[in-house]
Amino acid sequence: MADAEVIPIGTGGRPGRGTGNARPSKASRTLAGGSSRPKSRRTSKPSDAGGADETPDPGEIPVRETRPPTTTEDRGPTSGITPSEWLAAFQAGAGQVFGNDWEPRLAEFLAFLRRRLTGEYEVDQFGFDPEVAERLLLASLRPLAEKWFRIEVRGTENIPGEGGALVVSNHSGTLPVDTLMTLFTIHEQTGRFLRPLGADLVFRMPFVSSLARKGGSTLACNEDAERMLTGGELVGVWPEGFKGIGKPFTERYKLQRFGRGGFVAAALRTGVPIVPLSVVGAEEIYPLIGNVPALARLLGIPYVPITPFFPWLGPLGMVPLPSKWLMEFGEPIRTDEYDEGAADDPMLVFNVTDQVRETIQQSLYALLVQRSSVWR
Amino acid sequence: MGKVVLVTGVSRDLGRRFARSLAAEAGVDRVVGVDAVPPQRDIGDVTFVRADIRNPVIAKVIAKEDVDTVVHMSVIATPGSTGGRGTMKELNIIGTMQLLAACQKAPGIRNLVVKSTSTVYGASSRDPAMFTEDMEPRRQPSSGYAKDVAEIEGYVRGFGRRRPDVRVTTLRLANVLGPHVTSPTTSYFRLPVIPTVLGFDPRLQFVHERDLMRVLTHAVHSEIPGTYNIAGDGVMLLSQAVRRLRKPTVPLVRPAVGAVASVLKSARMADFSPEQLGFLTFGRGIDTTRMREDLRFEPEYTSEQTFCDFAAAIGGGPGPVERAVDGLSAALGEPATALSTAGVTGVPHG
Repeated sequence: MADAEVIPIGTGGRPGRGTGNARPSKASRTLAGGSSRPKSRRTSKPSDAGGADETPDPGEIPVRETRPPTTTEDRGPTSGITPSEWLAAFQAGAGQVFGNDWEPRLAEFLAFLRRRLTGEYEVDQFGFDPEVAERLLLASLRPLAEKWFRIEVRGTENIPGEGGALVVSNHSGTLPVDTLMTLFTIHEQTGRFLRPLGADLVFRMPFVSSLARKGGSTLACNEDAERMLTGGELVGVWPEGFKGIGKPFTERYKLQRFGRGGFVAAALRTGVPIVPLSVVGAEEIYPLIGNVPALARLLGIPYVPITPFFPWLGPLGMVPLPSKWLMEFGEPIRTDEYDEGAADDPMLVFNVTDQVRETIQQSLYALLVQRSSVWR
Repeated sequence: MGKVVLVTGVSRDLGRRFARSLAAEAGVDRVVGVDAVPPQRDIGDVTFVRADIRNPVIAKVIAKEDVDTVVHMSVIATPGSTGGRGTMKELNIIGTMQLLAACQKAPGIRNLVVKSTSTVYGASSRDPAMFTEDMEPRRQPSSGYAKDVAEIEGYVRGFGRRRPDVRVTTLRLANVLGPHVTSPTTSYFRLPVIPTVLGFDPRLQFVHERDLMRVLTHAVHSEIPGTYNIAGDGVMLLSQAVRRLRKPTVPLVRPAVGAVASVLKSARMADFSPEQLGFLTFGRGIDTTRMREDLRFEPEYTSEQTFCDFAAAIGGGPGPVERAVDGLSAALGEPATALSTAGVTGVPHG
């Protein structure tokens, strides 16, 4: 990013766009008529054109001469604007929008635009599109994460910098906002993309399904989890599923059953570490106080949420409450020390599942104590 | 002594061309092409026998010609010119049963190569990202092409059990594309405006028609038994594919796509099959590890190259927006192009 520059407003009657530069740009000179070469009209000596970081000497006050009112040579509208004038005007505009190094940056932007228009970009076998994920999804989450929820992150050193790992987190908040925030936080802290495992409902819903795949997610099944972990990806799983995300507000921060422990089996089979993640704050964004089971069955979704604001306030009720979020990545649990075939030992799988669950529950309690209130 | 190969389904273009190229191969003595209707174009050195594989004549052909390798290519995806769905089902199921029955009675048969399709895996929201050969579809197909193929594969497995001395190779191919291919997929992409399912962007894989020829030839020569997924490397999203084609799309809600499909079908503009709707909604990926490691086949074209080759044959020129962007890039001059290529390679890929 270029440094912010102060743009003085007004040109003092001189041709120019008011950049404060001593010499008006080529565009403005052309537009002001062919003869208006910048003469030494002012006392300050003309400096190099385009030197935006040059500021006029504050001690020297330019003395203004009286000048006749400016006019253009063409009075009628018929003469039109030549392409070179358009180009000059465009260049000036580009300089304004993209800053000093506008040419390479605009070229990069155009290359990006062209790539998206012609489909000449690549997606991986799961349909992950890094450009969409980074430039659209994660970039648009930034204000929500930084300003709205003010996420505080601890233990990022526990996220492996490379190689496969399984991030296991608690799930809450009626809508999977915690998944999105975890995606953002991990990319922000480590530069890695978290690949979330989602329920099949995600892939059945229009728009959600295509965005989920482009954002790096895939179906929560053993085949996909193992495929991703073998490929050295950082995989995220929320084993509580709908039981966790759709639990009533009164049961907040009480972990639900951790599925059938399929995620542990996948980690054992691939020998990757399990990183427990505890998220505090997501429980309060949409306090679930009711459900309409009949409507949910009709729509084929697990629950129809009723919160203090939804559906009473309509779309306004969908604004999440600005709770204060804390995220803590726990110490990784190694799985590569077990024997071959450990994944097929149900007792061991249940034990490791319980260990992960207990770790997350304990650190949830610890984090709750540290938070002074829900809002700060 | 070289092989004597029987190829079914030579009346259609892919079958005809495969039979022809196989006849020119070293190690192949004779190729016998069989179909109910004669091929439209030149079949070269291939001996054509007009026989309907739905009746027992096929057994006599196998015995008389002393066939040792059978390549079964006549499983059809859409009724097309043959008539209705009933005829198609009969051709597929009864034809395969008769062929396998004939093979079982022929002591000289040593190899059977079946061209199947990845449609057997179905397409649903509960699919894994990539199907391996030992996975089953999440929901058994109840009708149509997918069911035909599932049943055909069942008969082929049964044949393999009864004749353990015959090496059976089943090739499950992703969508075959190429300038000469006529299939539901190609007719879909040939539509002037492409209907898509609103809110879904399926993953697609393609096999180039030349790779289809190569893999069938490879299977005939290498005699490696087993079931193999065949697809070009990588996946493409449908949105990417239509942008490559530079054709406009109409996103429609899912039931409306079905309605449009049946209208197009009755207008004979496109041969839409019902399983295509599921495929266009959820997409499908097949894992090709075993193709490389066990079958030892390496496709020449990736999915993307296959599609580009196809798009170059049928696609339009650059659209107005693209031309504007190109013009702008050109106006920026030399450093711009240098940087734009840097921009392409400099994208972080996770």
